[in-house]
Amino acid sequence: MKSIADIKAIRDKMQSEIILRDNSDSEAETRVVVGMATCGISAGARPVYNTLLDEVATRGLKNVKVTRSGCLGMCKLEPIVEVFVPGQEKVTYVEVNPEKAKQIIASHVVNGNVCQDYLIKE
Amino acid sequence: MYRSHVLVCGGTGCTSNHSGDILNEFQRLLAEHNLENDVNIVRTGCFGLCAVGPVVIIYPEGAFYASVTVDDVKELVEEHLIKGRIVNRLLHKEDSNDSVKALSDTNFYKKQTRVALRNCGVINPEVIDEYIAYDGYQALIKVLTEMTPQQVIDTIKASGLRGRGGAGFPTGLKWQFAAASPGPIKYVCCNADEGDPGAFMDRSILEGDPHALIEAMTIAGYAIGAHQGYVYVRAEYPIAVERLKIALKQAKEYGLLGKNILDTGFDFDLDIRLGAGAFVCGEETALMVSIEGNRGEPRPRPPFPAVKGLFGKPTILNNVETYANIAQIILKGPEWFTSMGTEKSKGTKVFALGGKIVNTGLVEIPMGTTLRTVIEDIGGGVPNGKKFKAAQTGGPSGGCIPVEHFDIPIDYDNLLAIGSMMGSGGMIVMDEDNCMVDIAKFFLEFTVDESCGKCTPCRIGTRRLLEYLDKITNGLATLEDLDEMEKLCHYIKANSLCGLGQTAPNPVLSTLRYFRDEYIAHIVDKKCPCHVCKGLVQFKIVEDKCKGCSACARKCPVGAITGVIKQPYSIDVNKCIKCGQCIDTCRFGAIIKE
Repeated sequence: MKSIADIKAIRDKMQSEIILRDNSDSEAETRVVVGMATCGISAGARPVYNTLLDEVATRGLKNVKVTRSGCLGMCKLEPIVEVFVPGQEKVTYVEVNPEKAKQIIASHVVNGNVCQDYLIKE
Repeated sequence: MYRSHVLVCGGTGCTSNHSGDILNEFQRLLAEHNLENDVNIVRTGCFGLCAVGPVVIIYPEGAFYASVTVDDVKELVEEHLIKGRIVNRLLHKEDSNDSVKALSDTNFYKKQTRVALRNCGVINPEVIDEYIAYDGYQALIKVLTEMTPQQVIDTIKASGLRGRGGAGFPTGLKWQFAAASPGPIKYVCCNADEGDPGAFMDRSILEGDPHALIEAMTIAGYAIGAHQGYVYVRAEYPIAVERLKIALKQAKEYGLLGKNILDTGFDFDLDIRLGAGAFVCGEETALMVSIEGNRGEPRPRPPFPAVKGLFGKPTILNNVETYANIAQIILKGPEWFTSMGTEKSKGTKVFALGGKIVNTGLVEIPMGTTLRTVIEDIGGGVPNGKKFKAAQTGGPSGGCIPVEHFDIPIDYDNLLAIGSMMGSGGMIVMDEDNCMVDIAKFFLEFTVDESCGKCTPCRIGTRRLLEYLDKITNGLATLEDLDEMEKLCHYIKANSLCGLGQTAPNPVLSTLRYFRDEYIAHIVDKKCPCHVCKGLVQFKIVEDKCKGCSACARKCPVGAITGVIKQPYSIDVNKCIKCGQCIDTCRFGAIIKE
């Protein structure tokens, strides 16, 4: 059981980890977030999520965390993957498949080049 | 076994840029750090990107370093190879074009205001700490340590929050009634039995932000003096149920649920009850009967649940989306909430956009946003250059909003005034190809299936209503039938026991109000203007266009198409089952419906 002070401590710690993305501290974690609500999963988010995990593992990437979230609202464009690199704007990739997922890790997460072809076209 | 491979380009371009010296420097530094057996250095052929040479690639990461100098090698060895950190400074940067980088920069997002959905797609729903990072459970702490139950109720009342399940009853008032009911045992329930065809915002909240519901229900429990809550969720939402279970477990471990929450002396526990997917169980009295373990059938009100609800005790029942607003109202204050929306409808509303629209998905807009904004700006308009005809809101209880009300600000009262309703927030867009009689029939088929059968007006009335619609769509009805049908609609509305029956005729009434000409066309001209109703449509081959290829005849499952090769074919209307396969098959557009 936690006390009120514990909850506040968790908040402060987590905020510095996941919200304050404007710090360009090289130690901070890159987060790769996959939308995994029913809409995402039915569009094929599971193989994408697994591919991302595999790719991060085989490349031995440190400071990269693959995680999942709920529905972003644009169900039509699922599976959606968002990449948060510390100190940079977030990038949203849409209609991702395992092949694209590999490319996102190789090109964006490792080499810092946004995969332009997988972005939203308006 | 090497743990890393360093590839140094040895092509002509890079060699002339001193890649040989880079290679030597790598070897020297690796020897210095005793890493010769861990890191393999390879001199490769040309990578083809000579303009950014010398190029160095380091595996397993696959980092692509460009324009590397001899002086950079030290950093690459110490940072990348020893500490495992990629050296961002040296990575090759590609030119970027004008694509939209982040979802939040799209038109789809710009006009939205996310309150109930604020954490959906942002946090990991299975990690309680991420919810806490976004001020999760801070509202509960505030309520338990700084506010009295009456202050909580007053705050919710002042916010003007109304039930997001559809009827729009003021939430604070509901809580006030339950708090005022005497008795030591009270219950807090959540209606997550989202049954409207096309609506999925409750599922999305449960899947994306389950702790928001737990926090809000605990606050509600404190406000009315309840110590037990139930979430009634349909079993068809397995992922939502799973995530809610995980969230409940985590909240209990953290002492945010159970006995003596956060050492404040307040007890509250939550359990999940699964519904088997009956639409009527979304009606509040039927839902509570179902939680009690009985067959889900409504009972007359009063007594209202706030007086006599679950197990005969005072109970409040709110929708998932309603609860998703609570913690934010407590934290940011009622004034913040009332700053959004219209005079009588405050805050935001989530809509599930579906049907003939470019951007299907979930949108959350401030109350008072116009239908035009939702459909054209956020939804991206109707696809394939078709014309917008109507939007259906409120599911089987709601009605259609035609194009002439395109600029009406969406709120509870405006929608009711134009014969529709907010409902749980499904919004189905229809274009010129949708037959409105067929739409009314679709929704009525749904209510006929889902009527529980307890009261006669609903059980028999909706069935008779559907029979009228069948007659109309088959061209067998008369104008007298149309009048009788309208009378029956009002009878069902006035006499049904619960909301399901009372609202079941709405799709018929609203289409009659705005699209009576389509009903008349079916009845008088025996035509379906949109060529949807099979009973009134005939398939025909246009002789001028038919090349006599026989493709349609070979595809027809009932052998209704005959002819001589290279001469126009014809369809035997008596055999034709109007399946449409011939239209899909014809490459010359020679087959039409009329």
